[in-house]
Amino acid sequence: MKYVIVGSGPAGVTAAETLRANDPQGEILLIGDEPGPPYSRMAIPYLLEGSIGEEGTRLRPDRDHFDRLQVALLEARVESLDSEDRLLVLSDGGRVQFDRLLLATGSRPVNPPVEGLDSPLVRHCWTLEDARHIMDHASQGSRVVLLGAGFIGCIIMEALVKRGVRLTVVEAGDRMVPRMMDQVAGHLIERWCIEQGIDVRTSTRINLVEGNEKGLRLQLEPGGDLEADLLVVAAGVVPNTGFLEGSGVTVEQGIRVDARQQTSVPAIYAAGDVCEGVDWDGGHGIHAIQPMAVETARVAALNMAGRETEHVGSMDMNVLDTLGLIATSFGRWQGVEGGDTASLLDERRFRYLKLQFEGERLIGAITLGTTDQVGALRGLIQSRRRLGRWKERLMQDPTRFMEAWAAIAS
Amino acid sequence: MVKRYRNNKENEMQRSLSLDPEKCTGCLQCEMACSNEYEGRFNPAHSRIKVFAFHDEGRFVPYTCTQCADAWCRNACPVDAIAIDANTGAKVIVENRCVGCKVCTIACPFGTVNYDHTRGKVMKCDLCGGDPACARACPTGAITWVDADWTGYDRMRQWAEKTDNAAHV
Repeated sequence: MKYVIVGSGPAGVTAAETLRANDPQGEILLIGDEPGPPYSRMAIPYLLEGSIGEEGTRLRPDRDHFDRLQVALLEARVESLDSEDRLLVLSDGGRVQFDRLLLATGSRPVNPPVEGLDSPLVRHCWTLEDARHIMDHASQGSRVVLLGAGFIGCIIMEALVKRGVRLTVVEAGDRMVPRMMDQVAGHLIERWCIEQGIDVRTSTRINLVEGNEKGLRLQLEPGGDLEADLLVVAAGVVPNTGFLEGSGVTVEQGIRVDARQQTSVPAIYAAGDVCEGVDWDGGHGIHAIQPMAVETARVAALNMAGRETEHVGSMDMNVLDTLGLIATSFGRWQGVEGGDTASLLDERRFRYLKLQFEGERLIGAITLGTTDQVGALRGLIQSRRRLGRWKERLMQDPTRFMEAWAAIAS
Repeated sequence: MVKRYRNNKENEMQRSLSLDPEKCTGCLQCEMACSNEYEGRFNPAHSRIKVFAFHDEGRFVPYTCTQCADAWCRNACPVDAIAIDANTGAKVIVENRCVGCKVCTIACPFGTVNYDHTRGKVMKCDLCGGDPACARACPTGAITWVDADWTGYDRMRQWAEKTDNAAHV
């Protein structure tokens, strides 16, 4: 059996390991398009702030890890997929045959429609190569502009501040982290950043970027011109599916997969950020987050190795550290129609907790300024446990969620 | 009866923590002992084991990491910073690899991996290397270090399975 995995991020690496654990004999090839050993993008903020070196970003620290598992690594870019002939065509013209294929190509950063983003000194913050470039240009006193105050923008802010830059954040939306936080939390994070000395401009667009190797001039609306030494674009990511055109693999928002992580084409599976899979509450969606990358990869690999396994469904969950203010969100944190909401807010201390219920079940949560036992929120939500009398108790005092879980689980 | 177990190398693989709420009186000696073990001071806020008090039912529930066979925290770690202690099976934070990203704290559905702001790393129960201080400190036998076959984790594990996706085999 020849297994080929495209993409050497957390999903690809986990799949390779799971395949090996379940098929000692099979041939496993892991294809990645970046140089060097597989690494974690999650570790990049800590590389930028200097608390780890590049070694510390590795997904597996042991240098012999892949050799020992007899997983072959190939640095190549896949151009196209021929599903019928079970063949991948590489950008260097090479061809790779497979019996079972896993697509774990992740996401890629997108640019908003702004003229001039191809200027030098404009960079995404996505790859190790991006990180090296940012480290070269974000130094003491340099003027750095961050375009986008989403997850990635927020999580690298601390590193940029520690590097001593003068930071301006430009966000088109009316608040920070709109896809992970509600109005209340988004505005609190914004106020937190402003109090830490960051120049935050929400509801602001960049209309034009002009510049060369020496510097940049940005045209803001509102706000006029702004000079910068580096512009970091963190305006969101989309699934990396371009190479699948004409392959017969169904792509909607991402690669559609069933509960076994199989795509519309038998023997071809997808996992991680690139897949649009089953949700914990019955729908379909993309959950571009580390824990789900690993979980979907395990399900995919087990099925590829012939062990029929269904995924119970992905759930949104995130944890974000913005200059030391820690936020989490879980499940349907936006709430549902006809549902109940319990919340507690202490604006002065930047603390916030919100629970969303549907009937007797907890279905979503947001926390800000507290990290204690937050994992229990996942447990309560994903186990779909009926809360019984704990529903009313949590409505009265949402901080008792851990108690509720201990009472239910013990 | 209070059961005390000596740390016995040969038996370690078969040992695990047993938590029995029926026997817990809420004295919090375990929290004190845990905090002292890790932080060198008696401060329940730093304890890896927590006792929840349900006063209206007169019930106390000691609660800590179940050391899942296939650990959510370990699977979710993006930099391979959670290792398995070969002696005890405990899932242990590798301090010099943990970057403090906190993904494990949301991935663990029991809420037993927590972020330590002062050190910028996560912390969890590591079974004290095979001689858990909480079990030594418990005066009522609610927390014991016993043969793994029958532990008070079983019911929690059942919930874990319901939360689980079937991938964890």
